[in-house]
Amino acid sequence: MSEVKKIATRVSYGNALTELAEEFPDLVVLDADLAAATQTGIFKKAYPDRHIDCGIAECNMVGIAAGLAATGKIPFVSSFAMFAAGRAFEQVRNSVGYPKLNVKIGATHAGISVGEDGASHQCNEDIALMRTIPGMVVLNPSDDVEAKAAVRAALEHDGPVYCRFGRLAAPVINDRPDYKFELGKGVVLREGKDVAIVATGLEVSFALEAAEKLAADGIDAKVINIHTIKPLDEDLIVAAAKETGKVVTVEEHSVIGGLGSAVCDVLCAKAPTPVLKIGMQDMFGESGPAVALLEKYKLDGNGIYEQVKDWLK
Amino acid sequence: MNKLELQKTANEVRKGIVTAVHSAKAGHPGGSLSAADIFTYLYFEEMNIDPNDPKKPDRDRFVLSKGHTAPGLYSTLAQRGYFPVEDLKGLRHLGCYLQGHPDMKHIPGVDMSSGSLGQGISAAVGMALSAKLSGDSYRVYTLLGDGEIQEGQVWEASMFAGARKLDNLVVIVDNNGLQIDGKIEDVCSPYPIDKKFEAFNFHVINVDAHDFDALAAAFNEAKATKGQPTAIIAHSTKGKGVSYMENNAGWHGKAPNDEEYATAMADLEKVGEALCQK
Ligand SMILES: Cc1ncc(C[n+]2csc(CCOP(=O)(O)OP(=O)(O)O)c2C)c(N)n1
Ligand SMILES: [Mg+2]
Repeated sequence: MSEVKKIATRVSYGNALTELAEEFPDLVVLDADLAAATQTGIFKKAYPDRHIDCGIAECNMVGIAAGLAATGKIPFVSSFAMFAAGRAFEQVRNSVGYPKLNVKIGATHAGISVGEDGASHQCNEDIALMRTIPGMVVLNPSDDVEAKAAVRAALEHDGPVYCRFGRLAAPVINDRPDYKFELGKGVVLREGKDVAIVATGLEVSFALEAAEKLAADGIDAKVINIHTIKPLDEDLIVAAAKETGKVVTVEEHSVIGGLGSAVCDVLCAKAPTPVLKIGMQDMFGESGPAVALLEKYKLDGNGIYEQVKDWLK
Repeated sequence: MNKLELQKTANEVRKGIVTAVHSAKAGHPGGSLSAADIFTYLYFEEMNIDPNDPKKPDRDRFVLSKGHTAPGLYSTLAQRGYFPVEDLKGLRHLGCYLQGHPDMKHIPGVDMSSGSLGQGISAAVGMALSAKLSGDSYRVYTLLGDGEIQEGQVWEASMFAGARKLDNLVVIVDNNGLQIDGKIEDVCSPYPIDKKFEAFNFHVINVDAHDFDALAAAFNEAKATKGQPTAIIAHSTKGKGVSYMENNAGWHGKAPNDEEYATAMADLEKVGEALCQK
């Protein structure tokens, strides 16, 4: 396990934009004074004329992107999740979502793995916010391979897309020849009959770790990676619920409104099943190293393992 | 405090900034150092505050709108006696109350939580309005970055403050010329800053941010100004006091390693010794 390659999905984002620039000549990248942190700086270096720094003005940036999209460009706007989804929410809703413009949002530094910057910058609400906008596609890739595929899928899709990326280096778990990214399709990473763990983003690798630990205790957990939170792969989730009778959702996000809520919405209507929602429990984060925070808030492999074990008792 | 004492205190504040950020292995030294003299003047000379009674109702308020420069505020609060200087080493550590960005719930002396740029000034305007509504005499100070003023909310707040003639409000812009992605005029120029505030019905004062005589004159002029809020455009050097950090955008949000820390402290020790010779 210690040999696993790690890369932050924000870096994958910067790399993917650069690699796809020739193929998508209408692609322009917008940033709000965070080009180094969001990694759009990689694109800026290669294509300085197609990178627009809007200054520290995220709401205006989203509006400018709407105008660019309305005139045929494909803008990718970038900032921290807190500011892209949080501060500019209403601009995203009314100037991008409502007119269904072809704007892509690359939001980095999502979740508590932001670390030392603390609660003001740890956005645990972005999935909830973006998911409520009609027509918005919400992607939350789990590693480098998936993040790059998500950027391509976003560019190929006609309409608004929100992509969530992390600051912390994440283990590469999808590096296999047959890997294929299908928008709206969940991926079964491990079969199991006792419980289905549905995870997203950074939490997918931790869910796999937890499943290993559960297996050692004789608990057979199925693990599903949901990279597309909206539209959700309802069939896969309903089938998993019927198969195992117990569902656990895991996300680096509030348990209110995120993946857990999306899964519950589906199961309520189609296959009522007990669900344990693992995530931030209606609280703000705090300053500290990312790894220590994930441990404290029980969002690492061991934390997930303990909570699932407890719940299944 | 006389000028020499203020200079010595500001130098201690700078040491605390560098020490805190070094210990945290993260944080924002550049904009903390550029504002160190302003923080010092506010907390040691200008504001009506009491470290032994951080929440006394008639105190003057300070809102650090550019919340990322919390190390500057914390180091000043520690020097002023709100909490032990030793605690600065806990900055950004898990379990320490000194959060990466100002947290009014947990840090004595912090009047407003901040960190999302452009929002602090609105809260400061609200505090100034509140004083007017209840006939209180406290004054409100807020410090903004020159990159921060690219946020539209800054100008919504300014328009309101000017329209409401909030003469108990002082908006200070730390004009160090740099933001993260480079020079402010290259990223998205906010210049002319003074004329913008003038147009929003502010009394505007340009000042050298590292000259305590000039700061004293500016804050006194602000106090004497009636019928409109004051904007102090403080012309500063980002990273001031640490040779290799000065005017270098790369030191906006990066911690010095052990060797760099030693160099920084040596720079500041030298300044301190020179001040003691005076
Ligand atoms: C709304 C918002 N957008 C982006 C950021 C990230 N950020 C932190 S500091 C900074 C640059 C600030 O530059 P400036 O205001 O000039 O501050 P100073 O030079 O005094 O450090 C940015 C973009 C933030 N904290 N809040
Ligand atoms: Mg600046």
